[in-house]
Amino acid sequence: MISQNTPLAVLKPKDFASDQDVRWCPGCGDYAILKQTQKVLANLGSRRENTVFVAGIGCSSRFPYYMGTYGFHTIHGRGAAVATGVKIANPELDVWLVTGDGDGLSIGGNHLMHALRRNVGLNIMLFNNRIYGLTKGQYSPTSEQGKKTPSTPMGSIDPPLSPLSIAVAAEASFVARSVDVDKSLTDVLETAAKHPGTSLVEIYQDCNVFNHEAFAYATGRRGFEKEDHVLRLEAGQPMIFGKDRDKGIRLTDLKPEVVQLGDGVSEADLLVHDPSDHCLAFLLSRLRHPEFPEPVGVIYAAEKPRYEELVAGQVAEARERRPDANLRDLLHAGETFTVEA
Amino acid sequence: MSSGDGVSVAQKPAKRLTSAVIRFAGDSGDGMQMAGTQFTDTSALFGNDVATLPDFPAEIRAPAGTVAGVSGFQINFASEDIHTPGDRVNALIAMNPAALKAHIVDVEPGGLVIVNETEFTKVNLKKAKYAEGYNPLDDEVLNSSYQLLRVPISRLNSEALAETGLGAKDAGRCRNMYALGIVYWLYGRPLETTVTFIENYFTKKKKRPEVAEANIKALKAGYYFGETAEIFSTRYAIDKAEIAPGVYRKVTGNDALAMGLIAASELSGKDLVYCSYPITPASTILHALSAQKQFGVKTFQAEDEIAACCAAIGASYAGQIGVTGTSGPGLALKGEAMGLAVITELPLIVVNVQRGGPSTGLPTKTEQADLLQAMYGRNSDSPVVVLAPSSPGDCFEIGIEAARIAMQHMTPVVILTDGYLANGAEPWAIPDVEKLEPIELPEAGDASSFEPYARDEKGVRPWASPGMAGFEHRIGGLEKEHVTGNVSYDPENHQLMTLLRQQKIDKVAEQVPAIEPYGDADAELLVLGWGGPCGSIYTAVERARERGLKVAGAHLRYLNPMPMNLGEVLKRFPRVLIPEINMGQLRSMLRAKFLVDARGLNKVQGRPFLVEEISMAIDRMLDGTWGDAEALMPRNGELVLPRPWTN
Ligand SMILES: Cc1ncc(C[n+]2csc(CCOP(=O)(O)OP(=O)(O)O)c2C)c(N)n1
Ligand code: SF4
Repeated sequence: MISQNTPLAVLKPKDFASDQDVRWCPGCGDYAILKQTQKVLANLGSRRENTVFVAGIGCSSRFPYYMGTYGFHTIHGRGAAVATGVKIANPELDVWLVTGDGDGLSIGGNHLMHALRRNVGLNIMLFNNRIYGLTKGQYSPTSEQGKKTPSTPMGSIDPPLSPLSIAVAAEASFVARSVDVDKSLTDVLETAAKHPGTSLVEIYQDCNVFNHEAFAYATGRRGFEKEDHVLRLEAGQPMIFGKDRDKGIRLTDLKPEVVQLGDGVSEADLLVHDPSDHCLAFLLSRLRHPEFPEPVGVIYAAEKPRYEELVAGQVAEARERRPDANLRDLLHAGETFTVEA
Repeated sequence: MSSGDGVSVAQKPAKRLTSAVIRFAGDSGDGMQMAGTQFTDTSALFGNDVATLPDFPAEIRAPAGTVAGVSGFQINFASEDIHTPGDRVNALIAMNPAALKAHIVDVEPGGLVIVNETEFTKVNLKKAKYAEGYNPLDDEVLNSSYQLLRVPISRLNSEALAETGLGAKDAGRCRNMYALGIVYWLYGRPLETTVTFIENYFTKKKKRPEVAEANIKALKAGYYFGETAEIFSTRYAIDKAEIAPGVYRKVTGNDALAMGLIAASELSGKDLVYCSYPITPASTILHALSAQKQFGVKTFQAEDEIAACCAAIGASYAGQIGVTGTSGPGLALKGEAMGLAVITELPLIVVNVQRGGPSTGLPTKTEQADLLQAMYGRNSDSPVVVLAPSSPGDCFEIGIEAARIAMQHMTPVVILTDGYLANGAEPWAIPDVEKLEPIELPEAGDASSFEPYARDEKGVRPWASPGMAGFEHRIGGLEKEHVTGNVSYDPENHQLMTLLRQQKIDKVAEQVPAIEPYGDADAELLVLGWGGPCGSIYTAVERARERGLKVAGAHLRYLNPMPMNLGEVLKRFPRVLIPEINMGQLRSMLRAKFLVDARGLNKVQGRPFLVEEISMAIDRMLDGTWGDAEALMPRNGELVLPRPWTN
């Protein structure tokens, strides 16, 4: 046990690694996310004993085994529910939830939605690889229509859904996006971790076995110029993008459009990012490749009361109202009668 | 004798009885549950032993006046020790034709039937689907079979409240109190309890003093009616019961269970985190606990049952007591999460208030057919502890016991109660808080030598929770390596861990009290029960013994692991009868485990056993007429073979 007087050692990223061998496929995007997360915890000055990683089931959900913190690898889709229980029982803990697009949006869609609307103090990392990795490559709720996989040999007929639109609609108080190999991931995760309520960060993650380079446009592979396809959001700044920072997003008749700067279009005509604007957040969540560059960074952030604090608050209030509550009185409540010997 | 508030008791002759069974029946909007509850409270406070059987329709408001919308409440109150709400109804109060139609079959021949004559209109008779032109009140057979008393309750009630200035609708609502007043007079009960209740409820809580006043007026008017009207020839007196000294209150199983869980939290110093999704008949546990936050109780109404179970597991993982409660279909949803608690070896309490199934089945009726689901309803070998309370009051003890086992043995514990125990009420001897044993918790040991899956001599792993420095570890649903808890696909390890998980549960048996049959030690027959039927079984066994038969009975509160002497007990008796509200689930388990020729009495009608049904089975077991059938079922007062019923 650490004594009260020992100054706490400053932990380094490697102190947040467990002694377990990491077993993802070589080249999997999960590695990059793992490394950056360990760095974020070190930057934040986190304590191993107060940090908990909870996950569902999927390749990405193996994450807790590789962290030197407390970890709980639960069941498919239900990580959010377990994490909610952890937070209710002990609001002091720093709880992270790792989930995949199948885990969080398919079987666990219900739980994800409710964790978000309750604003449980969780840091949710949603690894989106647009495929089911662990079960060998079936299409997922974020796969594009027409996707050919072992379960959809003629192409999938399900329309994909947008995790960010769902998060915004589910009243999430913090919504962001980043990419596994993007350096901005560290910043985004750090900002998310500092956000007091639920934060949801969608992370584009490359499943190099079953859906390799699904996000090539955002990572600059296959000849893509990534800066032409991602929109880096900054609070208070106009929405400019492109390798030469010569393109922007303008709103015309409530519809976003991509415009070329110059030729009568100036920065002043562009949308300015305001992370506290809920409508704007939804609009940003709708920008999709290839028509639009896809936003990365903090899309939405607002302060809302935290669920576990409200729970604890009611307990405290009840205790205040009935300071001398005791078991004896509880058992004797209502009408009692005595049978004499 | 005074019944309070200056109402003096008329000098009509009172017939002394040792017990009486009365049933209030009316439309769901008629306030029958409230009338029944009030009668129960009054009788319990008076000093009778009581047992109740509320019976709700599944619909919240089935069309008024129809048989589907009838709500009933049966009370057995006695000057002797009773264990069931009674077989035959001695007095029925029927507030409309549908209520008469639905409940008359249960009234004993010659029994008292008080009908609210005002409601026997053409329209209401039609709604109750009586044949055109027929009015049961004029039926000669009915009149000669029962003491049929026509009281225009609705009309008399309105007249009594004419001066109050209350609208017709509000005044009409007081008719349940008018009816209750009549019954109070009939059985010589005091009015104080109900007057106080009305004042608390309508004046203090609902802030409607005029409604309180009207209800009290109706209650008294009903009482005076009994006294002055010349239609009752007799009154009845049921003396105080000789019950063990102590302080008592009336509790339902769900109330008692909620208190038991709070007690467990106090006894262990852990916060109770109760996670649930509403479902009948378990919801009232959630309601009861949500009102007790001053005890540090945290309640979480989850989005569904598996979420509730997962959140409870999360709470236990974080070091508090995670409890989740539900009923049958909800238990099915929790199954996968319970498996997670089994493999991670975390404490968890799962309350299943069983109801009629399968699927949505009979949501408001009782059944005990989830035993095998509790035992085996998960993938793979997934042993858990299973407990069943034997009476509403016993739910308190079971709540504490479940928490003790869950935390001391790091295991999920399923509590199987049922709709009958959950809603039924009985006087409960309030335990002395000082005498409740604290729940000692296992230590996590020393951080330097901590291994998440090292086991103590009971096979139990340490409970280290997030926040404890030096104990950081990872758990999850993948198979664990013995001792280290690391993920392991090693074949031998899986076999070992499967065995260790089983042995850990088996070891709980060392703490399980021996089963102690009551009745005749040299009995020819043992009647073994669990859960709801225990009361009926007890009464049937005692009655058989009064008739000179050699019979013993026993309650099985520990269904997994079973008491270590159970096999020996079963072999001690030449015959074994197991009445269950299912098709023979405990019977199958005991036959498989102990190779005992146990016979079953199986009733699956959404209703508890009548004592006489068990009595008949006892007789047929003992007189040799049972034959070689493994099980019989009660049907229309007979015991028949459980084969396809033909009409
Ligand atoms: C109840 C249940 N159903 C199905 C599965 C099988 N399963 C495991 S992971 C998975 C999908 C995982 O996809 P995703 O969440 O996108 O994670 P990835 O493996 O791609 O990281 C499925 C269907 C399971 N473990 N449990
Ligand atoms: S299957 Fe895909 S997601 Fe899973 S580990 Fe391999 S590369 Fe990563």
